[in-house]
Amino acid sequence: MGRVVVIGAGIVGACCALYAARAGWEVVVVDREGVAAGTSSHGEGNLLVSDKGAGPELDLMLSSRRHWLALGDELGREGLELDEKGGLVVAASEAAADVWRAFATGQREVGVLAEEVDPVDLEPRIVDGLAVGVHYPQDLQVQPVLASQTILEAATRLGAVLRSGSPVVAAQRTASSSTWRLRLGDGTAVEADRVVNAAGPWGGEVSALLGGPVPVLPRRGFVLVTEPVGPIVRHKVYSADYVDNVGSSDAGLQTSCVVEGTRGGTILIGASRERVGYDRSMDPDVVRRLAAQAVALFPVLADVRILRTYRGFRPYCPDHLPVIGPDPRCPGLVHACGHEGAGVGLAPATGAFVAAMLSADHGRAPVEVDGVATAPFAPGRFGEAVPA
Amino acid sequence: MTGADVVVVGAGPAGLACAVTAVRHGLTVDLVDAGWAVGGQYWRHPAPVEGADGAGAVTAGEVAHLHHDLPTYRALCSRLEEAVAAGRARTFLGHEVWTVGRRDGGWEVAATQRRAAGGRHAPGGGELRVAAPALVVATGAYDTSLPFRGWDLPGVMTAGGLQALLKGHAVAAGRRVAVAGSGPFLLPVAVGLAESGAEVVGVYEANPPTRWGRHLPAVARNVAKLAEGAEYAAALARHRIPLRTGRMVVEALGTDRVEAVTVARLDATGRPRPDGRTTVAVDAVGVGWGFTPVVDLAVTAGCATTRTDDGRHVVAETEGRTSVEGVYTAGETTGVGGAALALAEGERTAYSVLADRTGHDPDAARLRHLDRRIAALRSFAAAMAQAHAVPAGWVDATAAETLVCRCEEVPRAAVDHALRDREARDARQVKQLTRAGMGWCQGRVCEAGCRALVADRIGRPDRSAATERLVAMPVRMRDLLGTP
Amino acid sequence: MTALTTFRFDDRDVPYRPGQSVGAALTACDIRSWRTTPREGRPRGLFCGIGICYDCLVTVDGMPNQRACLVLAADGMRVTTQEGVGER
Repeated sequence: MGRVVVIGAGIVGACCALYAARAGWEVVVVDREGVAAGTSSHGEGNLLVSDKGAGPELDLMLSSRRHWLALGDELGREGLELDEKGGLVVAASEAAADVWRAFATGQREVGVLAEEVDPVDLEPRIVDGLAVGVHYPQDLQVQPVLASQTILEAATRLGAVLRSGSPVVAAQRTASSSTWRLRLGDGTAVEADRVVNAAGPWGGEVSALLGGPVPVLPRRGFVLVTEPVGPIVRHKVYSADYVDNVGSSDAGLQTSCVVEGTRGGTILIGASRERVGYDRSMDPDVVRRLAAQAVALFPVLADVRILRTYRGFRPYCPDHLPVIGPDPRCPGLVHACGHEGAGVGLAPATGAFVAAMLSADHGRAPVEVDGVATAPFAPGRFGEAVPA
Repeated sequence: MTGADVVVVGAGPAGLACAVTAVRHGLTVDLVDAGWAVGGQYWRHPAPVEGADGAGAVTAGEVAHLHHDLPTYRALCSRLEEAVAAGRARTFLGHEVWTVGRRDGGWEVAATQRRAAGGRHAPGGGELRVAAPALVVATGAYDTSLPFRGWDLPGVMTAGGLQALLKGHAVAAGRRVAVAGSGPFLLPVAVGLAESGAEVVGVYEANPPTRWGRHLPAVARNVAKLAEGAEYAAALARHRIPLRTGRMVVEALGTDRVEAVTVARLDATGRPRPDGRTTVAVDAVGVGWGFTPVVDLAVTAGCATTRTDDGRHVVAETEGRTSVEGVYTAGETTGVGGAALALAEGERTAYSVLADRTGHDPDAARLRHLDRRIAALRSFAAAMAQAHAVPAGWVDATAAETLVCRCEEVPRAAVDHALRDREARDARQVKQLTRAGMGWCQGRVCEAGCRALVADRIGRPDRSAATERLVAMPVRMRDLLGTP
Repeated sequence: MTALTTFRFDDRDVPYRPGQSVGAALTACDIRSWRTTPREGRPRGLFCGIGICYDCLVTVDGMPNQRACLVLAADGMRVTTQEGVGER
């Protein structure tokens, strides 16, 4: 055991810090801003099994879901605002319904609960005439900022230290050993035996700085937040085409309809995806499209007002799987980024992966963690030379 | 006319001056404002009611006595009306701009209509979208508020709220009214209330007049301001309104509405003294701590902001040009300085737009005059900001259970907890952990208090960035349908 | 003033002058609050008076969350005290 520096104090960094601290590591979390200042504060906090087809990401999510429930027991559900909200996927046409039925069949085979329902039974205010609804009672939600803070505080109680307000600007590795020296923007430095790249959408830039580039890119998204209206939307409700959009590699704008109520009474409306770098500019057309889709699904929303919209950057990876594991080119570097829109959901399992890998010999990651195969997420899958 | 040369958001002194100057020099203008009449908050006028419905309506004439420099206002209005008649300008009143975005190399302003007279939304609602190569953000300012015990009781308002009721509706907010906070704006509010028949029990100005002592050169450069002050002092005396300096309202008392206020003297360090407090019966109170510039649209457009000494964000500009090409600003958005400065800046900004759009070199003598005037008025504004700063001990007027965020009902204790026990280090983190600033007003009311509270607790100014409000006004989804 | 114009507020008629907002007319009638907050049920009314603060929200003709300081009063309008986020 020694010291590990986790770069990034978002939800993934917080979970890496907690699980590493529990494994006995001395943990330092560095963040250029502060806790959950980036993508973790710009998302809904979804913990979804429903949007993942049978495969490695769903395996990881099912594991992560167990971790989340355990964290809820250990740290208190209130501190995470952990809510067993449940998801409802709807399809308008019979053709789309059949495609989704086949998708759900594959999910059930690996243990996902997916029950065909009449959407109106679960959501009285939803539009009439939908072809099918599939209810996913295992879908959860947390409040990602509170969750990041609460999890990081738990790590702090085990000795972890947060150094916020300054970015990592340079990294050196001593030739003889795998000891790292990271220089921060404020002129200070921190030394470590291991470095975890949990920099979310900035994981690509950070990985290049550390000498082990991985292809993580920002994928911009807007979420609309309405006035508080009370419980007129009870589940996370989304249209079946959402999964196609998530899985697409198209750089252009895609929008699919995702609508959900929150504890505060506001309704969250997503989701757009486009690869435009870190362009932070407002795009009113995206807001218009998202609003139109939401009203089509819940006509009652026509007279509801949008109070704000937030715009964030998901950490996009070309094969739509996160990058978790030791970097074969850089001893001591473990990646934990590229989760795209599933970072909150996958964070605890990612933390468990990272904790298991920190102790492993270089390049010899465990084949399984918590019964989930590690190979599909390995940074080595991109080959030696990766354009970041 | 399709597609003006410039779209101006805000028809207060800055936006009006900018629009008529631009038109005079050959540009076409679209002017968008949320109010039902041009004039902004400073020259706020009653909503015009026409035809048979107008019987008994509040008229501009009956609120004229509340206004300052109306000839200038009337001249601007008539020049605007001429421009509209000539097809050189269009005005879109009663339109709330919800956002701005890039469009065809220029900027598009997106607005929705307020509920019109008759109380109903415009049939079908819909969105107004006007685009132009140049955007002028002249969105003014609103009262800065700070929390104190009982400030969420009905009947406790901002000083500007009292004034808006008078100017816009010919209604006095109460029969016995206290006016408090700091700044010269409190004086016309008190006088206006008295002229409208209310009893003003006192104007409680937190800062002693001696704070102006250091700024005599700035005062000397602005003799008109001095005359204006003397005018209000005479009016206070005429209406027997007591002006009590070095005092602040530390508590509003009452069960369902304000029934009294407690007033404390401030000590030399700006802390309310525990002794010698008085309780005064009132049925309304207006408190104002200066003004907060509305920079939302400029921030959404990507314009850089800077911070004033008191932590308020203003749009960074030079001669009205922001850091973003094609986006301009004028008036309180560049730093609060009052209507005279806003008028000068509005005109100055129009010349910058003109130079950038046409290469036309405007009247050099006029520009020199404007630049001198703007510099003098800004020096006065800077002096005023220092002479009427928030007293250092303002937090003593709050209790742990005092709501900091009125919308989300977040007490001060929650903010203290976030700072002390959860290691929040700035206002952004406080907001995320407590929800203060995440409600209906999106932090417009509580942001000043939250930032000041953070500064008080961490012992240095809050450094978090200007709050981004990509949606500048709540927008009904029905209004966005059919125009993607 | 000629014919008295009124709107309905809960169970009473409130006179107004054309051009006045609902909030101004209620204030002129010495009515100071017309909603209760979602969490603590506290009474609220006008605060900023210019459409910034959203404290004066009220239900107008069945639609909750209307700003009383901005909505112009109209004959026959039904204004009702709003509890919490209102119903729709």
